[in-house]
Amino acid sequence: MTPVKTTSAKQRRARIAARSNGAYHATGIAVSLFFLAPFVIAFLASFRHGAEAGLPPLPPWPTNGFSLDAYRLLDGFGAGIWQHMLNSLLVSLATVVLTVIVSLLAGYGFSRYRFPLKNMLFVLIIATLMIPFQSILTPLFIILAKLGLNNSLLGLTLVYVTLQLPFSVFMMRNAFDAVPKEIEEAARIDGARDLGLLVRVLLPLVLPGVATVAIFAFLNAWNEFLAALILLSSNEKYTLPVLMMAVRAGRLGAVNWGAVQAGVAVMTIPCLIVFLLLQRYYMRGLMAGAVK
Amino acid sequence: MTISGSNALLPRRRRSRRTGLRGLVYIAPAMALVVAFFVVPVIFTGWMSLHNWPLMGGTRWIGFKNYVRMFHDARFMSALQFTAYYTVIVTIAIFTVAFPLAIFVEKQRRFVGAYRTIIFLPVVVGLATASLLWVWLANVDSGFIGPALRALGWVDKSPNLLATFDSAFLTIIVMVVWKIAGFTMIILLTGLQAIPSELTEAARIDGAGRWQRFRYLTLPLMRKTIALALIISVTGSILAFDQFYIMTSGGPQNRMISVVYYIFNQSFVSFNLGYGAALSIALLAILVAISIVQLWLLRVREEKP
Repeated sequence: MTPVKTTSAKQRRARIAARSNGAYHATGIAVSLFFLAPFVIAFLASFRHGAEAGLPPLPPWPTNGFSLDAYRLLDGFGAGIWQHMLNSLLVSLATVVLTVIVSLLAGYGFSRYRFPLKNMLFVLIIATLMIPFQSILTPLFIILAKLGLNNSLLGLTLVYVTLQLPFSVFMMRNAFDAVPKEIEEAARIDGARDLGLLVRVLLPLVLPGVATVAIFAFLNAWNEFLAALILLSSNEKYTLPVLMMAVRAGRLGAVNWGAVQAGVAVMTIPCLIVFLLLQRYYMRGLMAGAVK
Repeated sequence: MTISGSNALLPRRRRSRRTGLRGLVYIAPAMALVVAFFVVPVIFTGWMSLHNWPLMGGTRWIGFKNYVRMFHDARFMSALQFTAYYTVIVTIAIFTVAFPLAIFVEKQRRFVGAYRTIIFLPVVVGLATASLLWVWLANVDSGFIGPALRALGWVDKSPNLLATFDSAFLTIIVMVVWKIAGFTMIILLTGLQAIPSELTEAARIDGAGRWQRFRYLTLPLMRKTIALALIISVTGSILAFDQFYIMTSGGPQNRMISVVYYIFNQSFVSFNLGYGAALSIALLAILVAISIVQLWLLRVREEKP
C-alpha cells in the first residue's frame, strides 16, 4: 500500500514541478522578448532597402534582400559617420585611459599614504556625486572657453574624466586596500620604488578593479549626450549622440528612419559587446556601489 | 641592537614626513580635475546666479533678483510640477516591474543567468540611444508599435503615440522602464540574496505563507536596498532630459519640459546665463537635500533591525 502511494505522490509532485518549470521559462522567454525585441527589430530593419525605410518593420527583417542603404544614408549626415565614430571612440578611449591613470594614482595615494586633510579630500571627491553635473554646465562651458578648450574633444574628455572620478577613486582605493601590505614591503626590499612599484608590482594585483573602472568610463563617455550637446559646437566635432540629433531632426521636414535605425545600431553594438565580454567586472562595480 | 634601533628611528621619521608630501602628489591629478571642473564651477554657478549675465556684452550685479524672478516664473513652476509628476510615476512603474523581476531571477536555476543578462542589456546603452530607438518604434507611420497594433486588428488606425500628452507620457514611461528596470532589478537582487536562507526556511516551517514571508520578512530586511534603489531612481528621474528632448522636443503644447530641460532652454537657447545659474542652484539644492535625506534614511534604517 504505502510504496504505491509514495510513487504516485512523487509522480504528482514531479508533474507539478515540471508544469511550474514550464510556466517559469514561458514567463522568462516572454520577458526576454520584451527587453530584446527593440534591439532586434532595429538591427534587422536597418538592413532593409532604402525604399523600405519609411515602412513599418512588419516583418522587421529585409524581405527584398540585404542592403546597406541605411548606413550609406547615415554617412551623408554631418561629416560622415566614420568621422563621428572616430570622435566618439577618441573621447571614450581617452576617458578610459585618463580615468584609469588618475584614479589608479589617487586610489594608491588614499590607500597607502598619510597626509594632511586626507579624509576631507576623499570626502570632497566622493561628495561630487551628490551634485548633478547638469547644474554646472554653464560655468563648465565658460571655464573651458577660458582654457581654450571650448568645442574640443579634449575639453569634453576632461569633463567626462571628472564625472567618473568619485566612483573610480572609490573603487581603486578599495582595490588597493585589499592588497596585503607585505607584498609591497617585499617589493620595496627588492628595490622597487614609487611608480615602478605601482606599475610592475601592484597594478597586476588591482587589475580587476581597473577593468571595472575602465568599463564604466567607456560606457558613460560613449553614451553621454547633454554635455556633448552643449560643449561641442561645430559639426565635425560631434560625437555620435549629438550627430543623431541632426538625423532625428531630418531634412526638409522628413525624417529618414533608415538612418535612425542604422545610427541606433552603430551606437548600441559597441556597448553590448563591451558589456557582454566584461560582464563580470561590470556587475562587480555595480554590486560594490550597491553594497556601500 | 640599541644602535641599530636608534639608527632606524631617524630614517623612519624622515620617511614619514616625505610620504606626507608624496601622498599628496599621488592624489594631485584627481584633485586638480575635481577642483577645476567641479568645485570652481559650483562656486561660479552661485556667483553667476547673482548677475544679469548675457552671452555677449557686460554682466551686471543684480543681487537676488534672479531668485525672486524664479519664484514668479510660472513656466519654471510648471517644469517643477511636471518633473515631480514624472518622478513619482516613473519610480512607481520601475519598481512595479523591477521587484517581480528581481524575485523572478533570484533563485539559481537553468537559464536564469541568461534572463538576467537579457533584462540588463538596455541598461548599458545610452538614454539618448534608447530615446532615439523608441521614437522610431512609436512613430505613427514608420514605427513598430502602432502599425503592429493595427496589424493585430486591435485598432482601426495606427495611433500617433507622441501626439497627445497622455500617450506620449505613457510611451516615455514604457521606454524608461525598458531601459532602467534591469538596473533596479540587480540592485534589489543584491538585497534579496543578502537575506539568509535559514530565515525564510524557518518562516516556512512556522507556517508563514508566501505573501506573509514577503511582507514580514523580505521587505523589512530589504529596507536599506529598497531605500538605495529608490534614491537612485528619484535622483535620476529629477535630472531627466534626454528622453523629453529627443522623443517629444518638450512635448505636445510644451507640457513635457523638465527642470533640466528648462535650465537648458534658459541658458543655451535664450542665453539668460545668470537666470539659468539661479535655476541650477535651485536644482542643486533640491538634490543635495535629497542626498541628505538619503544618508539619514540609510543610517537610521541601519540601526533599527
